[in-house]
Amino acid sequence: MTLLDVKGLTKNFGGLTAVSDVSMHLDDNELVALIGPNGAGKTTLFNLLTGVIVPSEGTVTLQADAGLEVLNKKKPYTIAQAGLARTFQNIRLFKGLSVEDNVLIAMTSKNKEGFLESIFRLPSFYKKEDELHQQVLDLLKIFDMQDDADKLAKNLPYGAQRRLEIVRALATKPKILFLDEPAAGMNPEETADLTRLIRQIQEEFHITILLIEHDMSLVMNVAERIYVLEYGQLIAEGTPEEVQKDPKVIKAYLGGEA
Amino acid sequence: MKKNLKYNLTWLAIMVVGYILIDVLELVGVIDQFAETTLVLIGINIILATGLNLIIGFSGQFSLGHAGFMAIGAYTSALITQAIPNGGGMVLGLIAGMALSALVALVVGIPTLRLNGDYLAIATMGVAEIIRIIMNNLKITNGPAGLYNIPQLANWSVVYLFVCLTTILIVNFIHSRDGRAVMSVREDEIAAESMGVNITKWKVIAFVLGAATAAIGGALHASYIQTIAPNDFGIMESINILIIVVMGGIGSITGTYVAAIVLGLLDMVLQNFGTLRMVLYSLALILIMVFKPSGLLGTWEFSVRRIFTKFKAKGDA
Repeated sequence: MTLLDVKGLTKNFGGLTAVSDVSMHLDDNELVALIGPNGAGKTTLFNLLTGVIVPSEGTVTLQADAGLEVLNKKKPYTIAQAGLARTFQNIRLFKGLSVEDNVLIAMTSKNKEGFLESIFRLPSFYKKEDELHQQVLDLLKIFDMQDDADKLAKNLPYGAQRRLEIVRALATKPKILFLDEPAAGMNPEETADLTRLIRQIQEEFHITILLIEHDMSLVMNVAERIYVLEYGQLIAEGTPEEVQKDPKVIKAYLGGEA
Repeated sequence: MKKNLKYNLTWLAIMVVGYILIDVLELVGVIDQFAETTLVLIGINIILATGLNLIIGFSGQFSLGHAGFMAIGAYTSALITQAIPNGGGMVLGLIAGMALSALVALVVGIPTLRLNGDYLAIATMGVAEIIRIIMNNLKITNGPAGLYNIPQLANWSVVYLFVCLTTILIVNFIHSRDGRAVMSVREDEIAAESMGVNITKWKVIAFVLGAATAAIGGALHASYIQTIAPNDFGIMESINILIIVVMGGIGSITGTYVAAIVLGLLDMVLQNFGTLRMVLYSLALILIMVFKPSGLLGTWEFSVRRIFTKFKAKGDA
């Protein structure tokens, strides 16, 4: 079943077409990778899909529980509430807040604490807070971070910060998770851990994952399907084996005649 | 649940002990009329600065218009208590002042909170000036002469009660879903939006709450001092409140308390120095900012929970 359908998505920055007529689809519980040389427009495409940038043309539709939902031109927070969560290429944690607060903030829209019950500390407030606290710990446990709950996000080591970004995105209970270069700056060992982690996420949470990554060992290992972007255009699509043999992809990465 | 009751009872005990302490000091004559006035002004400054800290320190929006919202609270409650000079009038005045101030903040906040940093500071400053100039020209506010003979319904006990109330409500707000959403806006707007947080909504909510708190401070100020004029609520007043927030530590309510008390006492002690007073006061500010640029307490907060946990850990060891 197609979960997210993208048709003719285009973004012009003045005279520059960063993303040009991209059509793609993401199926239920699928792990898809988006690759391409530097400056190909991968992150721009992510930003278009998650609403950070408004597309010039094209449509993005999500198969929501209540039927088809058109996502383009909606605000990022409504798109996030509809079930699209993301991580960032340059880590964007809430640095001055604790790990637990980082995860709790991602639960804001699902959290039904009322204003009055919060400021007057009604018994129902404590009950809801305790439940949330437990949910956060359960989630952190999956990623082996339960001991870090009270630490400030900025004091975590780099690898843990990357993991926390993923935990935070998962806390929004997404249908689709967008990972923007999760292995950036990691050593081979950490990348191998991350590979396992991504597989584990997909199995445990039954969600669709779209991954931008430069690390080909990771991509070829986990992706079921790959989209290749160059100069803002999709030049290839297929299984890892097909994409690896595609002359256009080889040309994009290595140069020379196809 | 039981644990929370323990923490809350401890806080209540601290507040009651504080009240009794001031009461006793007043009875034995340590606190005279002059010291009491200082005490009340410190209390009002705490209320004002706590609200501004919610806007600046927790939602990260730089507002220079706090005195404007203070003015709305002061004038509204002064006019109402002049008509109904009793406790009921005071309560009515406070509620009306808060409501009007919140309403103005809402109308002003929705367009201006799209701005950030310096631009927002200038926009909010402009709003406060507009409010002051309106007070200066309306007939009901008695123009530049202002209002006088306002019934003194606020004494130090009333101010103490409101210091406790506003602090409790604001701290409770900060440590809830709503407060966390507000802080996420300060930390990283793009990340917050991507997590489903409606950043404009939370900025406006923090701004409106801060404005309502300013109105409480303004109403108590009007009632205690008994005269108000538009010039009491100029840009300098906004800056005075800002100094308390910055000096205590942006994002620390405990810091706001410490700074309001230190500056209040400093101001009282320096009364004896005559014209040198403002020079010494400014010098003290410069020294604090040079040696402690993050404010006296940074973002540190006093926490009963932490103390209990520490004692427990020691007991277990």
